[in-house]
Amino acid sequence: MDTATATKTVSLKINGTGVQVPEGTSILEAAKKAQVKIPVLCTHADLLPSGSCGLCIVKIKGMAKQVRACATAVAENMEVITHDPELYETRRTVLELILSNHPDDCLRCQRNNNCELQRLAAEFGIRESRFAKKLKNLPKDTSTTSLILDPQKCILCGRCVSVCQNMQNVWALEFIGRGYDMRIAPAGDIKLNDSPCIKCGQCSAHCPVGAIVEKDEVEKVWEGLRDPEKYPVVQMAPAVRVAFAEGFGHPSGEIVTKKMYSLFRRLGFKAVFDTNFSADLTIMEEGSEFVDKLLNRPHELPLITSCCPAWVDYLEKFYHDMINYFSTAKSPQEMLGSLAKTYYAEKMGIPLDKVFSVSVMPCTAKKYEIGRCAEMFSSGCQDVDVVLTTRELVRMAKASGIDFEALPEEESDSILGEYTGAGTIFGATGGVMEAAIRSAYFLVTKEELGDIEVKAVRGLKGVKEAEIDIKGTKVRVAVAHGIANVKAVLDKVRAARDNGTETPWHFIEVMACYGGCIAGGGQPYGVNDEVRKQRLEGMYKDDILQPKRCSHHNTEVQHVYKEFLGHPGSHKAHDLLHTHYTKRELYTK
Amino acid sequence: MKQCCGGAVDEFRFYEAQKIELPASLQEFIDQWKDKPGNLIMILHRVQEEYGYVPRQIAMKVAKELDQPLAKIYGVITFYHLFRLTKAGKHTIKVCIGTACYLKGADMIIEEIQELLGIHVGETTDDGRFSLEGVRCLGCCGLAPVVMIDNDVYGEVDKANLADILGKYSE
Repeated sequence: MDTATATKTVSLKINGTGVQVPEGTSILEAAKKAQVKIPVLCTHADLLPSGSCGLCIVKIKGMAKQVRACATAVAENMEVITHDPELYETRRTVLELILSNHPDDCLRCQRNNNCELQRLAAEFGIRESRFAKKLKNLPKDTSTTSLILDPQKCILCGRCVSVCQNMQNVWALEFIGRGYDMRIAPAGDIKLNDSPCIKCGQCSAHCPVGAIVEKDEVEKVWEGLRDPEKYPVVQMAPAVRVAFAEGFGHPSGEIVTKKMYSLFRRLGFKAVFDTNFSADLTIMEEGSEFVDKLLNRPHELPLITSCCPAWVDYLEKFYHDMINYFSTAKSPQEMLGSLAKTYYAEKMGIPLDKVFSVSVMPCTAKKYEIGRCAEMFSSGCQDVDVVLTTRELVRMAKASGIDFEALPEEESDSILGEYTGAGTIFGATGGVMEAAIRSAYFLVTKEELGDIEVKAVRGLKGVKEAEIDIKGTKVRVAVAHGIANVKAVLDKVRAARDNGTETPWHFIEVMACYGGCIAGGGQPYGVNDEVRKQRLEGMYKDDILQPKRCSHHNTEVQHVYKEFLGHPGSHKAHDLLHTHYTKRELYTK
Repeated sequence: MKQCCGGAVDEFRFYEAQKIELPASLQEFIDQWKDKPGNLIMILHRVQEEYGYVPRQIAMKVAKELDQPLAKIYGVITFYHLFRLTKAGKHTIKVCIGTACYLKGADMIIEEIQELLGIHVGETTDDGRFSLEGVRCLGCCGLAPVVMIDNDVYGEVDKANLADILGKYSE
């Protein structure tokens, strides 16, 4: 909204209370300002209103028709009634109709106690239905490693379609068919895994019910923990520590790293590592790759980050002509997975096939990444065995009888546990870039960057740009998050390449999810920009709290190079810490 | 049948489908409509005119030509009943499921045809002889239930007579 329209104020009455809101505000938003909560199922703060559920209907004085509050803008002197016996009755009927073709297996549903439809049914006190149950006889789609699509539970609100098409520009999902037969599916009723789906899981994070959920692998982890032959190790991604506590009623952005370390030990993990450590390691590899290209092979730039597996999948499918720009450095998850089964296993004298490696990620695509290509088996067997999303770990912690509030604070295990502030901000959009700049400056100049905080690449703006002066060398960087924002960046790079002109940027960071991993597809439900900001604050707070804030200062990383890898980009580092990319079909069927 | 529509659909992959060469007149039509708003339905109609249905690999090719997602095309062709996703049979059986015919047992007529031919509504028999469609009102409600095969209208159809009626189209 531009400032001219934003400053125009509209006065209206909601249930008799006067409210003033900017022109263009929906009745739904205006009602919030009047402390009135109108029930919704399809509307989401991230998305344009679709008006598909019909729960938010309200009455406007002088208008015969009831209107949808989510999709109706306020007008001067409008008088709105949001709640009365008639509206209650209509909403109740709408809910009963939705429930009439929604299964009643709430007790066994992954969204039990965390479902928007279940909550509304409870609030409206729905005990029995006037309508006969008619369920859709459609099979589950379990084709991907990351997500389960259950069309029987779908209420056709359209959030996933809007996310997949508008936020992510992937278009794996669409409304297929019409009327009662309408369902959410990829083009031509093929399986999700044969579609352009990048497994980002934003559909699952936005689904109000259990129709799209992460593939639950908690049992697999319990199995590994029970097995006396196994040596279970765990790593946790940066963004998990600022969202996990939400699962226990804590505010967004609360940093609970050290409580989580002790949680892991109580669950039975024998070694507790931190993906932040390998984020620092990633910076050493990727940063060195960047500096090498910048100084010696500038025509090969830009370098594009590759930590985000949903983004990797997207580029391989949609922009495969740009694969050469991709950093070959593996993601922090895979680097740690590789080192846990090589360096750590050797050091501790554990046969590598006994190591059971679990990672906790804010992401559903990480479940896909662990089997993406042969290099994910660099240790000799699969480097990471199971990926749990933050949501799954919350459930696992609750099932284990551990009192999260009473958990003591503990440290991670040494040799793959230390991290710097640069490692932790990997969870935020712009964080990988900022961390890379902190170290690239040192790698080029052998001097430390004065002000290490690169504020220009922080925040929720879809595309962020900055120019960094590395002692006379101007380095132009761009950061994009939310896949729909990537096109503007990549199209410019492609045009420059095709025209033979200078690349618009030298270094580009992309994260598939809007806000970065803190708002990843596997994070606790209920994300909006407010939650994103709080989690981002948590990340940058964790950065400041660290005694070291640049990856090249991480002593354990230095130690791994000295003792095992040699130097960044060494032959061994390439074998264990780097990968390659392949052109992939948008549709394989 | 144009040669590019032969072969099993699922052998086709997206980037391979883009290499298909369309018949010149269809390509010309697409080029002409490419940049005009509201072109998608126009072009899909033209595709169906060409092939009798919208073959998946042609939908992929059109997606590429128009720089539109394949999902958007499927959103359209599965929404409008006029579009076919499979090749039509030699004879098209249209069973009216409008109000009058429905009340007179159109669903039982469809069930019987499904039983006789082994296909559901929207499908074509393996031998390519029949395809089955449900349609809304053929304009002769007084004759309900009504079935139309190609251009022949059959009124007051009894499911006991269906086998005989279909037998007339054994060619």
